Amino acid sequence: MLKLPIYLDNNATTPMDPRVLEAIIPYFTEHFGNAASRNHPFGWEAEEAVDYAREQVAKLIGADPKEIIFTSGATEGDNLAIKGVYEMYASKGNHIITANTEHKAVLDTCKHIEKSGGEVTYLNVKEDGLIDLKELEAAIKPTTILVAIMYANNEIGVIQPVKEIAAIAKKHGVLFFTDATQAVGKIPVDVIKDGIDLMTFTGHKMYGPKGIGALYVRRKNPRVKVTAQMDGGGHERGMRSGTLNVPGIVGFGKACELCRLEMDQDAARISKLRDKLETALLKLEEAYVNGNTEHRLPHVSNISFKYVEGEGLLMGFNKNIALSSGSACTSASLEPSYVLKALGLGDDLAHSSLRFGLSRFTTEEQIDYTIEQISNTVLKLREMSPLWEMFKEGVDMNKIEWAHH
Amino acid sequence: MAYSEKVIDHYSNPKNVGTLDKSSKNVGTGLVGAPECGDVMRLQIEVDETTGIIKDAKFKTFGCGSAIASSSLATEWLKGKSVDEAVAIDNMDIVEELNLPPVKIHCSVLAEDAIKAAINDYRKKNGLEELVFEERIH
Repeated sequence: MLKLPIYLDNNATTPMDPRVLEAIIPYFTEHFGNAASRNHPFGWEAEEAVDYAREQVAKLIGADPKEIIFTSGATEGDNLAIKGVYEMYASKGNHIITANTEHKAVLDTCKHIEKSGGEVTYLNVKEDGLIDLKELEAAIKPTTILVAIMYANNEIGVIQPVKEIAAIAKKHGVLFFTDATQAVGKIPVDVIKDGIDLMTFTGHKMYGPKGIGALYVRRKNPRVKVTAQMDGGGHERGMRSGTLNVPGIVGFGKACELCRLEMDQDAARISKLRDKLETALLKLEEAYVNGNTEHRLPHVSNISFKYVEGEGLLMGFNKNIALSSGSACTSASLEPSYVLKALGLGDDLAHSSLRFGLSRFTTEEQIDYTIEQISNTVLKLREMSPLWEMFKEGVDMNKIEWAHH
Repeated sequence: MAYSEKVIDHYSNPKNVGTLDKSSKNVGTGLVGAPECGDVMRLQIEVDETTGIIKDAKFKTFGCGSAIASSSLATEWLKGKSVDEAVAIDNMDIVEELNLPPVKIHCSVLAEDAIKAAINDYRKKNGLEELVFEERIH
């Protein structure tokens, strides 16, 4: 029997794997020690658990455990990396390069940098969501200290050419930071092979707990340092003070280990389901995939259903299927997705988009149900849509004088 | 955000979806909103020439659930009213009836605008002066 509701919003957060929960529980109760307590067994136990988890996390991304700084999550990691580099390398320059499809945690941190006197270049992306490497290289100046480009996008799943970006940054002696929140645990990420200097990622997007993440900070070739953004006991090599969240760290470590061991088989299975979903939904007229489909996370699909509004569409099934939309109506700002607009999509298409994020726990039965529900709702709403009627009658909607409000 | 039961009901079982013959003299059509804004409403009234009563009303809406519900409710209210009575329909009545949250008030405004646009279209077709409504900021 199909159990409802179905969760397909895994880019927002993933459910925690039961094996992760099992690993965590003892660290709330019997092993509750503070990892910084150096003089009794409770502290030693906690420290040992943290060390073990740090190895599990490091191993997933090909890093040395000493290069892992535990944070509260990706937003903190974005802040620490960008502000930390900006402050640490102030004598070298004050210019940062990023892209306009980054997560708000990066964009708003960059806005903060601008307010405090720094300079930021926001690269436009191409129609498929990828940055133009020539534009990136052209944007580098003598004052550039950091390139901050995400590994994979949270709305469309597009994977940036990370290796090439890293090579360009290295060539010009600029540090490269990547927000890999959506990529780590889903696709192979290797900080050495990819040439990454700083990288943020988080537990709750990879079947781990919320409130725990990591910032990778390279120690060799070059040795990277960031200025701490929080003052205190000097934890995490002085870069991030605060008592370690031991249960979170244990869970994060376990989640990383599971991803390392199961990523390949998960990705193969999930991408098949994603492709089934996408192929079926694209059979509907006037349905389009947003973003590059070749360089894309295996579990993500973003589709616009023209002439149907996203929130109205979600309402048709959101009691039973959890999804998100690029429609303005689903956000607090009343602006449609800035990521989709950056691809050059008109506001109308941005309003008409749905984002699908599958997971380790998604089943074929769930996908079949989703295909049926969404197809039915799209057809029903199009019967109700004046735009669909105009489209069918061949009316040129660009010639209508719309009353913008 | 949770929707009110009335919004869900109108969304699930919309009343009066459809199209009237816009070239007919006794049909008034109002098309408001814009695709870029995420909502477009088309509301039509058919007026009985002898009595001046709205005998039918239809809508089609591109928009969120609240926009669909607002237009569905508007067509319900329009039927059986005289054109003059219809002019008096206020967006806040729609807000109240559907329990719309503040962020969705613009849907009700759009419905009121659609009613007025349909009435003016009807008046124009029948040689009557178009009514002037206050400009409002949505």
